[in-house]
Amino acid sequence: MGDISPFHFQVVAALIFMIGVLGVLTRRNMIVVFMCIELMLNAANLSLLGFSREIGNDQGQILAFMVMVVAAVEVAVGLAIIISLVRNRDTMDIEDVSQLKW
Amino acid sequence: MRTALFWVFSISAVASALGVVGNLRSPINSALSLVVSMLALAGLYVLLEAQFVGLIQVMVYAGAIVVLFLFVIMLLNLRGSGTRGAELQPIMKAIGSLVVFGSTLWLVRTLAADRAPWPDVDAGFGTTRAMGEALYTDYVLSVQVAGVLLLAGIVAAVVLAKKKVD
Amino acid sequence: MVEAVTENAALRWIPLLPLIAAAISGAWLVFGRRELPRVAVIALACGAPIASFAIAVVQVFALATELPADARFYVDNLYTWISAGDFHAELSFLLDPLSAVMVLVVTGVGSLIHVYSVGYMDDDHRDDRGFQRFFAYLNLFMFSMLMLVLGDNLLVMFVGWEGVGVCSYLLIGFWYLDDYNAKCGQKAFVVNRIGDFGFLLGIFLLFWSFAQAGVPTVEFREMAANVGLLANQTVELPAWLSFLPGYPNWGLLTLACLCLFIGAAGKSAQIPLYVWLPDAMAGPTPVSALIHAATMVTAGVYMVCRMSFAYSLAPGAMATVAWIGALTAFFAATIGLAQTDIKKVLAYSTVSQLGYMFLAAGVAAYSSAIFHVMTHAFFKALLFLAAGSVILGMHHEQDITKMGGLRRRMPVTWAVFLVGVLAISGVPPFSGFFSKDEILLSVNLAHGIPGHEWLWLIGLATAFLTAFYMFRLYYLVFTGESRADRHTQEHIHESGNWILFPLVVLAVLSVIGGFFGLPDAYGELFGVEESNSLHHFLQPVVNAAEHHVDHATEFGLAAITTVVGLAGIALATLLYYWRRDLVPKLVQAIQPLYALVRDRYRIDELYDAAIVRPLAGLSRAVLARIVDQGLIDGVLVNGTANFVRATADGALKYLQTGQAQSYLFAMLLGGALLIAWLVRGA
Repeated sequence: MGDISPFHFQVVAALIFMIGVLGVLTRRNMIVVFMCIELMLNAANLSLLGFSREIGNDQGQILAFMVMVVAAVEVAVGLAIIISLVRNRDTMDIEDVSQLKW
Repeated sequence: MRTALFWVFSISAVASALGVVGNLRSPINSALSLVVSMLALAGLYVLLEAQFVGLIQVMVYAGAIVVLFLFVIMLLNLRGSGTRGAELQPIMKAIGSLVVFGSTLWLVRTLAADRAPWPDVDAGFGTTRAMGEALYTDYVLSVQVAGVLLLAGIVAAVVLAKKKVD
Repeated sequence: MVEAVTENAALRWIPLLPLIAAAISGAWLVFGRRELPRVAVIALACGAPIASFAIAVVQVFALATELPADARFYVDNLYTWISAGDFHAELSFLLDPLSAVMVLVVTGVGSLIHVYSVGYMDDDHRDDRGFQRFFAYLNLFMFSMLMLVLGDNLLVMFVGWEGVGVCSYLLIGFWYLDDYNAKCGQKAFVVNRIGDFGFLLGIFLLFWSFAQAGVPTVEFREMAANVGLLANQTVELPAWLSFLPGYPNWGLLTLACLCLFIGAAGKSAQIPLYVWLPDAMAGPTPVSALIHAATMVTAGVYMVCRMSFAYSLAPGAMATVAWIGALTAFFAATIGLAQTDIKKVLAYSTVSQLGYMFLAAGVAAYSSAIFHVMTHAFFKALLFLAAGSVILGMHHEQDITKMGGLRRRMPVTWAVFLVGVLAISGVPPFSGFFSKDEILLSVNLAHGIPGHEWLWLIGLATAFLTAFYMFRLYYLVFTGESRADRHTQEHIHESGNWILFPLVVLAVLSVIGGFFGLPDAYGELFGVEESNSLHHFLQPVVNAAEHHVDHATEFGLAAITTVVGLAGIALATLLYYWRRDLVPKLVQAIQPLYALVRDRYRIDELYDAAIVRPLAGLSRAVLARIVDQGLIDGVLVNGTANFVRATADGALKYLQTGQAQSYLFAMLLGGALLIAWLVRGA
């Protein structure tokens, strides 16, 4: 890869991560927030794989694989929770589930 | 060639990420943007000699997880954005954009200087065979634990999402 | 210690047995549902002091016969209480001749009074847990007093000192449901505390000085051996004390001994801290007998004698002790002339006799002081217990103007009371004669004390007054016609055996007790060498001044004392037996003076106005309102609470929005800062 250095990949990963953070903090729709969390996980994966290639060690890839497994489980459970929430409160707005306030 | 691929994939990934976040219409649009992002990222993974992971990314992430999202969105029968009031608080929009683009500029500037070399890796790096061997010999415990975790997840999802029929 | 120390593990049981008895009785009262059966209480309460007495007798006997005179002491070390660098203070007991005499008196007379109390407190129906509680307190007192006299160092003695103060408070206010009794107990305790403050200062000063000199100790034997190190040290007085004689430099030992004497003045009711003793008569009569006549109040005398090695090097302190003792003796005697409560007369008499003891100590006649402690214990306890018998017989009447003619109705009480007044008036051959006479002899020969001739005259005058008012008491209570009302007169009865038995024993002791200290001069008349066994027994321990006086002077002075005493008796007989009609006329003639004396010179009122009221007012206005309520409660306690509440309610609670996103934001912020810090640091 000519003028593409490992750093480029890290930059991309960082960018996507930040965009994900932005989404988590600002969006009000629960599902969209969740999707942004997935974005963040992916960005982390990208970073892992980038380092793995740079060092030449395949452990990063194994870890990335595990991250994906966990992400899958998390999505399943998280969506189940969202379903119950929406069923019980009839809203998909995060700001409506703030009972633990002062 | 690879350079071009890199740019294509990265720009699509970033653009679709922005699409996920900044989409003001229905969440379905966000989900579709997410698919594109996943696929672009899978491309990037392959560029990084992580073919197996890239494959799994397409199959699991783009193919199952996002589909799950879509199912749930359909199940909940959403109309519009599903929220009252503004989707994105203006202040956060402003700050967020500033941060994102500010750092991008800074990163790009730093990038211009960096030209680290790629080390050589053998041909079997990141292939399914290599990964499979590693997973089932060195990391077999993690695989088993992951299995248990998946089982727990399934049970949890079923229990949580059940409709209370009684 | 350099010399060989003889260990004796039996000593600890002397104070421990009463403590165990008190603990059992007390714990039973606190945790048990009912009281123990009477028999058990009596066995426990009387058994303990009697057992202690038995052990004490055996040990003292061994002390006197088995040990050579120059190493005559037993030590019982329980454990090392304080160990800080070079300084060690043990919880240990010392049995030497001085503490031996005190132990025998305390346990012996104490046991008799415990027996008496069984009879006296039996009809007590004012408090239904009274019987057991009384004996628990009484045993606790015995324990404390024995700690005091058996203590090997100032700290153990102080523990006992405080303990007897507490027990005195508990026992004076025994019938606490009556407010007056409670107040009397409180008064005793507070005045005692003032004395204790002086005592503590003395202890601190001594310890500090000894430590500076290289021997950090509070142990009596060690201090005595090393006191020479402090003999010439002085203390510089600050400028605001320039009015004191001897300014600017005072002897260190003088200052320490004076501080210690303040403690003794508090505990032994000398001027100016005597005011609690007459009010202490609010307690049951056995308490007055045991604590305020025979034992606790003599603790001050014991302490001065124990510290005689220091006092002999502090002539200024000795003179002060002697003069205060003499003045107190005379002062209290004058008050006793006009009192009408039988116990109050005896109380002032106690204060007066204690003055004699301090007078003796002040002129370095320590063995005479202890001798008087012993004989006084006998006859004063006797008088108090007999008075208790009278009070019971008269159905709790204590006013002597309402008594009279009890001789016929209470013959045993009458007889022993007569013995008691004869003893206290110094009539030979009763015990009081020998002890009082020895004191006056020593005073007469004490050329080292300024104004000692005046001291002797004051002592003589007091002897006259003592004989007078004691016989006044005797005549008014036991002779003539009864002045009580019809109903009371019908019910006058002699007391039971529990009461009479100790009375008789004490009467016998009051008669023969003097022969323990029979002066050598008398002994020689009968061919007995060194008949003053007490004096010779105590000699190695106390730095007594030795006088050598020819027999003529000794007998002459004794004769003068006897004549003075008889004169007092004669005057009392005249005024209160033959010509009672003269008394009102006399009183009329000196009315203002008489009123002043009868009102105890209004000293209590003076203290109240000058000290108590201002302090109480200050406490109420400043300390209570401003400092406690305003500052501590208001600002510190409530203020902090309100501040926290205001902060939380006003600002902090808004941090908990309940929204996941704000929490996430905070987490991210914190995480970013942390990473930045870590990265920068690297």
